[in-house]
Amino acid sequence: MLYFTRAKTLGILFLCLLGAVLCLPNLGPRPAFVPSFVPWNQVHLGLDLKGGSYLLLQIDTGAIQKQDINSLVDQTRQLLVNAKLGYTGLHGDATAEQVVFHALPGQEQAAMQALRALITYAPNAASPSVTLSLAPDGTITIAVPEATQAQRNAQAITQAITIIERRIDGSGVLNASIARQGEDEIVVQLPGISDPERVKTLIGTTAHMTFQMVDSNAPPGQLAPLGDETLPMSDNPQQSLTVFSTVAVDGADLENAQASTDPQSGQWVVNFSLNARGAREFADVTTANVGKLFAIVLDGKIIEAPVIREPITGGQGQISGNFTAQSATDLALLLRAGALPAPLSIVEEQSVGPELGADAIRAGAAALSLGFVLVLAFMGTFYGLFGWFANIALVVNLLLMLAILSIMGATLTLPGMAGILLTLGMAVDANVLINERVREETRLGKKPLAALEAGYKRAYATIIDSNVTTLLAHVTLFIFGSPPVRGFAVTICVGIITTIFTATVLVRLITSRWYIARRPAQLPV
Amino acid sequence: MFYRPLFRFVPDGTKIRFMRGRFAGLITSAVLSTASLILFFHPGLNMGLDFKGGVVLEVHTQTQANFPGLRAALAQAGLADANLQSFGTDGQGVLISLESRATAAQTQTAISEAETALNAAAPGAKILSTQAVGASVSHQLFAQGLEALGLSFLMILIYIWFRFEWQFAVGAVATLVLDTTKAIGFMVLTRIPFDLVTIAAILTIIGYSTNDKVVVYDRVRENLRKYKSMPLRDLIDLSINETLNRTLGTSGTVFLAALPLALFGGTALSGFAMIMLFGIVVGTSSSIFIAAPILLFLGEHRLRRSATLPKAHGG
Repeated sequence: MLYFTRAKTLGILFLCLLGAVLCLPNLGPRPAFVPSFVPWNQVHLGLDLKGGSYLLLQIDTGAIQKQDINSLVDQTRQLLVNAKLGYTGLHGDATAEQVVFHALPGQEQAAMQALRALITYAPNAASPSVTLSLAPDGTITIAVPEATQAQRNAQAITQAITIIERRIDGSGVLNASIARQGEDEIVVQLPGISDPERVKTLIGTTAHMTFQMVDSNAPPGQLAPLGDETLPMSDNPQQSLTVFSTVAVDGADLENAQASTDPQSGQWVVNFSLNARGAREFADVTTANVGKLFAIVLDGKIIEAPVIREPITGGQGQISGNFTAQSATDLALLLRAGALPAPLSIVEEQSVGPELGADAIRAGAAALSLGFVLVLAFMGTFYGLFGWFANIALVVNLLLMLAILSIMGATLTLPGMAGILLTLGMAVDANVLINERVREETRLGKKPLAALEAGYKRAYATIIDSNVTTLLAHVTLFIFGSPPVRGFAVTICVGIITTIFTATVLVRLITSRWYIARRPAQLPV
Repeated sequence: MFYRPLFRFVPDGTKIRFMRGRFAGLITSAVLSTASLILFFHPGLNMGLDFKGGVVLEVHTQTQANFPGLRAALAQAGLADANLQSFGTDGQGVLISLESRATAAQTQTAISEAETALNAAAPGAKILSTQAVGASVSHQLFAQGLEALGLSFLMILIYIWFRFEWQFAVGAVATLVLDTTKAIGFMVLTRIPFDLVTIAAILTIIGYSTNDKVVVYDRVRENLRKYKSMPLRDLIDLSINETLNRTLGTSGTVFLAALPLALFGGTALSGFAMIMLFGIVVGTSSSIFIAAPILLFLGEHRLRRSATLPKAHGG
């Protein structure tokens, strides 16, 4: 009970001091005199304390499949036409991930031969791009294996993350975190942003831009003729124009885009430049169609449809919708960052403006502090000196928990803090057990030292059993629970471990020092 | 106050015959838990945003919030399902909740429609926070959470079985299940929303309750070795009496820690803290009136024999 080797005493004090030091980063950003190799880990504050946005995005894998199947239909048609083979009923089925058609009698084998060109192996791919099968009735099925599609989806999500990163970086938001979650989800966390709507638009826009010629011969107000499509104007959805479905120039060929004001009109415009291929296509189209309208289409909406006054051969162009400084800048950013491989939808959103907080935080902080003070007062009142020893341990316990949570970079919300407070409330249980036990032993007539010895020893078994049971339950929750439950279980586990250390080891050290210094004839229990 | 203890909850050496109340305790608990189960199915938990899906906007208006006007404006914007609630004390806080939409895109449209309608009806109103959760995410979370909870109960069962005897393990886990069902019943009655935060509260209660049961059982185990011939019933009573000060001491501390949060911790904390307070009362009393009687019924003959040498005795 009384005997602590010097090394052990120093070790205990060192751990407590280390805990306190590791809490220091939470006081503010890294000061200049702290070199960069020293870790500076802070606890993150949750949205409820700091404001900001949390977005859970889901990529529309259905759209990717649909795109892929459509292009597979086109490729199949091209191959069959090139091989001068006939076909009937060629169609794609995005849900079944296959393309089906009937070969003409006697041409089945030739068709299979021609389509072999579709089978390719991407690097690292576990399965071919497509598989071919021929049914006895001449039906040929070109199916996309599930593994290939899964790999495509994975690629798309990686690409989407890169593009979102570029967009967010370009918008000037700091400390954003973007991570993949599960198979088709992306988590975006944006701490402390003031205008969540703008960022949502920036992230959620697919930004697929195309240049399409307007079909001026199409009868207005009717169904678009074959090969055409009717698209709404972006600033007035009631109005629409009929354009040729064939894309004249694709936005993928954009090289750069910048917002600026037009020197003549003073309005905001977006200037863009195309790469070599895009510039050549742009030059061809504009040369052939002088005097006609061509539409600049973004995500299926027409931004503007100007008249081509003269051939544009330099690969440079200008978009002038009804832009404000903000919308021009954002469009330029979207075009620079590139289009998302598939539309993203916001499945879950949590945005907290900077105004909230203040009141809620003040009320929460006051209640939390009062709770902590009540625990300290309770221990002091009911257990006297030994209660105050336990209180010292409780403060150290808080520091140690905070230190470990800082190292883990955990996120602390208001309810999370309440959880920590209650963990501390339960932590005193160990000292309550010890004190009650010492008191019992004293009442049995034991001398102070013997009572302390027996009290600690007996209480120790109980403390270990009760804490290990709770620890095991929460480790299980951590292993099998969903992410939010996991976070909570970790906090509890950390609390149990620091409690066992502070409530037993540290308090015992303090008590033994006190006993050696005072040698009391009677214990204050 | 700084040297000697000022108070004790109960005097030393109490001899309360708790086991006399064993039937009353078990019956009360069974009735409450059954009622809770019925409440769970009808009317059911007030599912929070995390599990139900939907949208909640927290708005602060410039002047006193005009609820009928806001309601009308939202209905006109096609958001007939909007539910308005006041929050805060200055009469300027409005909580607008919308049901979950079929697709994420529709949800986002609904949010912007609500914002537009709001700006028109109450110029200068600030949207303090927006929360939107799709309905599909939640079911998965719920099932996974329940499974994890079941497994952690199993873990408790195995550990206590290993450290004590199977009667203790069954008693503890049965009591935990009863405690948890009551907490659910409490949530149904108080309409505290069931979300990730309240799940955390229930987990905390389970941790607390487990702790409490193990402490009482630990004393029973010790006394079983110490008093070889005492009838189990008296032995359990003695163990509870001996640990009474610690039981009340620990529950008192945790109760005091949670009390300010429930009284004035604000909306973010009060639900969490209310469940904690309820759980502390239930968890503490169940250690005495449920876990101990179960042990008495299960172990009346067996435990005495395993603790003493095999000899004839009457329970």
